[in-house]
Amino acid sequence: MSDAHHDAPAHDAHAHEAHAHPNYWRVYLWLMVLLAISVAGPFLGIKIVTLITAFGIAVVKAYLVLRNFMHVNVEPRFVTYMVSTVLVFMLLFFSAVAPDVMKPDGDNWKKDANWQHVPAAHAEHGGGH
Amino acid sequence: MHAKPIANTRSASGMPTGRLAVWWLIASEIVIFGGLLCSYIMHRLAHDSWVDYAANTNLWIGAFNTFVLLTSSYFAVSAHERADTYKDGAGAARYLYYTMGGGLVFICVKAYEWTTEISHGMTITSNTFWSFYYTAAGLHALHVIAGVIIMGIVAAQAKRNEELHRVELIGIYWHFVDLVWIFLFPLLYIAK
Repeated sequence: MSDAHHDAPAHDAHAHEAHAHPNYWRVYLWLMVLLAISVAGPFLGIKIVTLITAFGIAVVKAYLVLRNFMHVNVEPRFVTYMVSTVLVFMLLFFSAVAPDVMKPDGDNWKKDANWQHVPAAHAEHGGGH
Repeated sequence: MHAKPIANTRSASGMPTGRLAVWWLIASEIVIFGGLLCSYIMHRLAHDSWVDYAANTNLWIGAFNTFVLLTSSYFAVSAHERADTYKDGAGAARYLYYTMGGGLVFICVKAYEWTTEISHGMTITSNTFWSFYYTAAGLHALHVIAGVIIMGIVAAQAKRNEELHRVELIGIYWHFVDLVWIFLFPLLYIAK
């Protein structure tokens, strides 16, 4: 193969390097604001607010990092497909295993009545400072 | 015959092989951490008593470490910008050293946190909650340590203006480590 044949795709590949960089400082400041909100959320004492400020904001923070710091949006499309595929595998794992872990009984089985409780001897260790 | 290094010239996939490898690494890491976190979530939802154990984790320490990792991610992406836009290896290396500093602070805080918890009897064998806690946070901490070591090697090369494309590669890995913590933080420190 000629050098030219190799150099052409290499040039395409390095086209990624020329992407415009976003304002990283501004993205960082947004991440700090979101962190402050997620920390403040539990102090309101409202469970649904805590869940939203904790996990909802975690998703937003993850999106900001993926898009602006990891530059997923300027990578070839298959990178998004690759990451999405493994996330779908995670959901499959959860949906297949969760019923066994979370349900107290099934068609031919039933968990012990105390399955949700940790034995007292173990509970003492994690009981608090 | 061409004699250029394969890692930054082959591009059948539309990207340099090195970056493709990092994305494959991240895809496999998502399965590892994702499986662990999914297991934690389903057990947590099934066991109300875990709320009492989670109450022992320190929100402020978790928040501080989140601040440290996010800041280090900012330094990592700044290093990439120095290497990519300005071809400034020395500047990129400087930012990578800042990032490594963030990683070391994270590990020191984690060591202090674990020492406190273990001295109060909350060990990896105490119960399933603490087993998950130490496994997830420990596996993450190992990734931080690995990232700091690799970053040191990349920074030394960048300082000599060599292999500047690696600055972005270690950055992508570091941001992933940051991403994992973004989800560990609410799971282990906020949801009580």
